[in-house]
Amino acid sequence: MSNLIKFKIDGNECMAEAGTYIVEAAHQNGIYIPTLCNMPGVKPKGSCRICTVKINGRLMTSCTTPVTDGMEIESNSNDINELRKSIIELLFVSGNHFCPACEKSGNCELQALGYLYQMMVPRFPYDFPKREVDASSPFIIKDQDRCIMCKRCIKSIKDKEGRSYFAFHNRGNHLEVVLDKELAANMTKETAELAMKNCPVGSIIVKEKGFVVPIGQRKFDKKPIGSDVTV
Amino acid sequence: MSKKITIEPVTRVEGHGKVTIFMDDKGEIKQSRLHIVEFRGFERFVQGRPYWEAPVLVQRLCGICPVSHHLAAAKALDVIVGAGTGHGLTATGEKMRRLMHYGQFFQSHVLHFFHLSAPDFLFGIDGDPAIRNIIGIALTNPALAVQGVMMRKFGQEIIRATAGKKIHGTGAIPGGINKSLSIEERDEFLKGADPLNADKMVSWAQEALEFFKNYYFANKDFIDNFAYFPSNHLSLVRKDGALDLYHGVLRAVDADGKKILHDIDYQEYTNYIEEEVKSWSYMKFPYLKEYGKEQGWYRVGPLARLNTVDFIPSPLAQAEFEIYKAMTFGKPNNHCMHMHYARLIETLHAAEMIRELLNDPDILGDDLVTKGTKQKEGVGLIEAPRGTLFHHYRINDNDQIEMANLIVSTTNNNEPMNRSVNHVAKAVMTGKEVITEGMMNAVEVAIRAYDPCLSCATHALGKMPLEITLLDANEQVIDRKVSQ
Repeated sequence: MSNLIKFKIDGNECMAEAGTYIVEAAHQNGIYIPTLCNMPGVKPKGSCRICTVKINGRLMTSCTTPVTDGMEIESNSNDINELRKSIIELLFVSGNHFCPACEKSGNCELQALGYLYQMMVPRFPYDFPKREVDASSPFIIKDQDRCIMCKRCIKSIKDKEGRSYFAFHNRGNHLEVVLDKELAANMTKETAELAMKNCPVGSIIVKEKGFVVPIGQRKFDKKPIGSDVTV
Repeated sequence: MSKKITIEPVTRVEGHGKVTIFMDDKGEIKQSRLHIVEFRGFERFVQGRPYWEAPVLVQRLCGICPVSHHLAAAKALDVIVGAGTGHGLTATGEKMRRLMHYGQFFQSHVLHFFHLSAPDFLFGIDGDPAIRNIIGIALTNPALAVQGVMMRKFGQEIIRATAGKKIHGTGAIPGGINKSLSIEERDEFLKGADPLNADKMVSWAQEALEFFKNYYFANKDFIDNFAYFPSNHLSLVRKDGALDLYHGVLRAVDADGKKILHDIDYQEYTNYIEEEVKSWSYMKFPYLKEYGKEQGWYRVGPLARLNTVDFIPSPLAQAEFEIYKAMTFGKPNNHCMHMHYARLIETLHAAEMIRELLNDPDILGDDLVTKGTKQKEGVGLIEAPRGTLFHHYRINDNDQIEMANLIVSTTNNNEPMNRSVNHVAKAVMTGKEVITEGMMNAVEVAIRAYDPCLSCATHALGKMPLEITLLDANEQVIDRKVSQ
């Protein structure tokens, strides 16, 4: 038996099953809330903060907060959008993102959010971190310059025994997502392609298959990110 | 008193450079140099990148002819993915690339003629610099200016349809292409509303050539004698000797037409060509090994191409080529300003080739990519608008680029451009007490004839101040002029 509750997003009446996370409930009601680290089928962690909304004056991540009856959520406001834009800008300056030569360009969620939130110039100083490219795997190139450490690969790309191909390595400023070389030696091409698909940016690239989709036919060439949700 | 004359930056060329001219106490020109004052470093920072990124990455060298770098890199990578050299691609793959290239050729040559060179012909090389530019043409001859803009637009639209974007597209991938033309796209170029269709472009290319020929015959002495000097000439030619801007073997002839590089496979270019580094320029000086630094330098570009090829495989351009060749009795043409003439013949050829390719059903095909046995190293050569362009890559076992060497067209023309500067400086400045703006523009006209892409980068047309400084032998400033 369904347990529908009522809540509001930006003043719009919405309904969803009790316990549904806000980001999911919003999407069910045709309202787009951006996400980067969150992906369907994987337990949310709220690490990227791009889905931040305001509830009762408090900032909360909508991917980890369930809706409750009568909840009033502020999402598409100047304050929240400015916060999201800042997060995107910080992600750009903390890595080495060179969109013009990145084959994920046009399919990249970070780039698409940069366009959506009209990131024109970086307001924060570039970090220019010195990071390496790991190309030792048979099917994958792991480009650390582009990694936003969302953990989507760690959480979603696993072998038959449930072991993750990817893992965090080091700490603090040196933290990075690395590929387990022993597991990667037996990774199939299909798994490699799934890893590239699940990566929201161009950090995981399948070897020898670049730029095959022409400009104009890439995911975000025709419609901006979120337009498949928005009613 | 001896003088050092500096022209910085050189205007109406792509990129930024400066000229220094040293004049002794007697007013004799002792030395002239074209300095390239910027450094790019692409060969270093592509190292470590996955090889299939190269065509998209290195094209950022240039905003004017990125297609040339895009295709030269893709041709080198064709070798690496085992698709062979030049003709190993599918018919659709090769013809779409050719269409992209001719679109690029057309728009680049048109840009150079109408926007950069024509002001010198219309207003005179010592004309008022305030109107000696494309704005001046638009004000005094709007029909000509519109023609230049629309011709360039057509070429850019061809690039957009084949590469995805007018500037910095992604069409060419290792082993082929990522799209073919739709019937609608093809028909738009063939039957589009006037003037944006292939037939009109051919007739406008003929008109532009006639415009130059009329100017030439009215100013024959100036055109023939301005910066004339003998040189070697190098370019790709098709195996049967035809002009082929996309692929061929490497041929060089000397000033008399004797073959000095005999149609070699360009995969072996390092056996024949070396590059010299000089301390005063970031641009290297290539030369033919066999003939050494002093005798082995050569010209590339339109003048060189029409000197190395035996014929042009398109009827209208071939007819013009025969008239052009007759003027030098079939011998190589060493007249610097005839570069403009040759460039306009090539513009007509590009328009004809675009029309021919648009009528070829292969450009609508869907067999886009071919691959074979992977190689570690590949060389890609193409005739860019400004001349022969070399891209050479070697990869490691992990598919990363470990070595890249680029010899861009303008680099090949480094020595001849320096010689042209020296020639003109001697001709117009020797013994002169006052160096006028017209004299300095004459030096720039000589450089401009090569259509150099000094940085292989975009430039701000009309926004670069011309700064001229006169210095004595101790490099003390004795006069300084800045104009816009």
